[in-house]
Amino acid sequence: MAEVTYLEALRQGLWEEMERDPRVFILGEDVGAYGGAFKVTEGFAKQFGEERVIDTPISEAAIVGAAAGAAHMGMRPVAEMQFIDFISCAYDMLTNYVATARYRAGLATPMVVRGPCGGYVRGGPFHSQNPEAAFLHTPGLKIVYPATARDAKGLIKASIRDDDPVIYLEHKWLYRRIKEQLPEGEDLLTPIGEARLAREGKDLSIVTYGATVWKALEAAEQLAKDDGLSVEVLDLRTLVPMDDAAIMRTVEKTNKVLIVHEDTRTGGVAGEIAARINEQAFAWLDGPIMRVTAHDVPLPYAPTLEDFVLPQTEDIVKAARWLAAY
Amino acid sequence: MASRAAPTTHSRPPSAVAPGGLTRDQLLEIYRYLRLTRTLEERLVALYRQSKVIGGLFRSLGQEGESVASAYALDRGRNRDILSPLIRNLGSMLVMGAEPIQILRQYMAKAEGPTHGRELNVHFNDLERGYLGQISHLGDMVPVMAGIALTFKLRGERRVGLVYIGDGATSTGTFHEGLNFAAVQRVPLVVIAEYNRWAYSTPPEKQFAVTDLAEKAKAYGVPGVTVDGNDVLAVYEATRFAVERARDGHGVHVIEVKTYRRKGHAEHDDQHYVPKDELDWWAKENDPVDRYVKRLLQSEWVEQRELQAIDEQTKAEIDQATDACVDEPLPPGDSALEGVYANPAVLTPHWYRSL
Repeated sequence: MAEVTYLEALRQGLWEEMERDPRVFILGEDVGAYGGAFKVTEGFAKQFGEERVIDTPISEAAIVGAAAGAAHMGMRPVAEMQFIDFISCAYDMLTNYVATARYRAGLATPMVVRGPCGGYVRGGPFHSQNPEAAFLHTPGLKIVYPATARDAKGLIKASIRDDDPVIYLEHKWLYRRIKEQLPEGEDLLTPIGEARLAREGKDLSIVTYGATVWKALEAAEQLAKDDGLSVEVLDLRTLVPMDDAAIMRTVEKTNKVLIVHEDTRTGGVAGEIAARINEQAFAWLDGPIMRVTAHDVPLPYAPTLEDFVLPQTEDIVKAARWLAAY
Repeated sequence: MASRAAPTTHSRPPSAVAPGGLTRDQLLEIYRYLRLTRTLEERLVALYRQSKVIGGLFRSLGQEGESVASAYALDRGRNRDILSPLIRNLGSMLVMGAEPIQILRQYMAKAEGPTHGRELNVHFNDLERGYLGQISHLGDMVPVMAGIALTFKLRGERRVGLVYIGDGATSTGTFHEGLNFAAVQRVPLVVIAEYNRWAYSTPPEKQFAVTDLAEKAKAYGVPGVTVDGNDVLAVYEATRFAVERARDGHGVHVIEVKTYRRKGHAEHDDQHYVPKDELDWWAKENDPVDRYVKRLLQSEWVEQRELQAIDEQTKAEIDQATDACVDEPLPPGDSALEGVYANPAVLTPHWYRSL
């Protein structure tokens, strides 16, 4: 066992897949000689050569399109978005071309688009986004969003091996903040489509993913200490396909559910989860399904503004307390 | 008027030897593909009028020459070169081995069609035969074909990609991004830019400020040439040169083919925005099939009766294909839930469907 950060775990996963499978290659902006804006691919070009770690022009549509073409030909490309905010420049290519390829034309397109997402880092409107809701709505794409170092590694490996196109969202606030003991020399894979019970409880469930898993765990700890509440935390890990069974299990166990995510509220993932619970587990509910999310504004830069807009641990504590008393 | 301006390159005078080292059999084969394209489209028009074609019908009338000739310059056969056709490149697909019955089934949304009723017109593919169907978002195939050509380069395979782009689609961001990416990576990609005068109803002067699309190549640091797109042999020779250059590792090459779209955007479009005399001129004076036939006969490379025999064979082939599929069933509705993902392979119908 060795202690590794979330970022190092992701790096290891990529490295191992590059070593394991010659079809895997990386393309993106500054990924080669420079090693990536966050150094996720540092040392890769030296080890695997410039042909497998390709520095591209600033052209997200070309990066994703070229990855799709290569994937059709049997390669396993991993495309990096320097910040995930720029994935919107490839929205057409992802939603119209990549997502539909298998369905409309029987084309295999096994590829991964990954990049740093998320706020709490004073990145402002264009270096803090969470794009999952835009792609949740598009049939044909899978979306994974690891919260732990173990899953950062396990999900990048599983995504590269998956036969469908996968959007892999990595939270930059977690990059160097999360450390975990990971086994060495073991093929660590996290199955796509399976949620993880991050904390067991019986009074109330928090369903969440990404950075807010950690904020939910902090809140659960505080609620246990201050209120004697037993809070369960479910880390979804994969958003498409969503693990409905795990969600309904926790709802049936605690009968109260708070959905927490960092992305904005309207049209967000929480609304979809609430609808599923309503359809599949309505009779088990002892209270309304409530949401804690970002406010519906572009994410501002000033610490006072960002802290106000994004969901904080204290918000989760207050919301959970309100729901527990319902 | 501008569209009647003399083409930048001219046909050579008749000579005893066909250009590009084409044999007599190859010259006849090219003719067969030209005739097959035109006759198949005429059959599709008939089926469209009988409401058997379910969606829109797109004609390549007037553009068959550049489609067939450019595709004919590729290496064909299992796992050889790959092209990405547009809706007016039916001829290119036929050259690469698409069968008329697949085209007919696709237009009629048949279960047995190449996309099993999911997609329209010529939007389908067979990568082993060497064609990758477009999507409707114009320009997107340029980055995708850049990725296919990149794969050839990474694997050290001596294969070439070819992508078509319409004059209007050169205005898209994906065209720019894809061409720039391909040029920087020096991938073996040939770009056929079709100057056919009309992007739906928009003429080139409202689309871009250059005169020739070949000028755009300069911005990407790759060669660009303009060819008379209705001169079949000129297109073949220019494409052959670009393809071999790409195969030898010299990267991207842009070929602009000056041609003309003689029908509306699709069959529903009455072309009221097109001057009638302009259409007449292109039909009478600059039809690519007429010009090719004239050249073949004047040069005495082939005989009239050989062409007639091909016409008859082609018609019989299309009659047979039509008869074989026109009454086939459409796909069952619930097959719509298959194949969105590799895994899960089938999705579940909504709850109210089992009430």
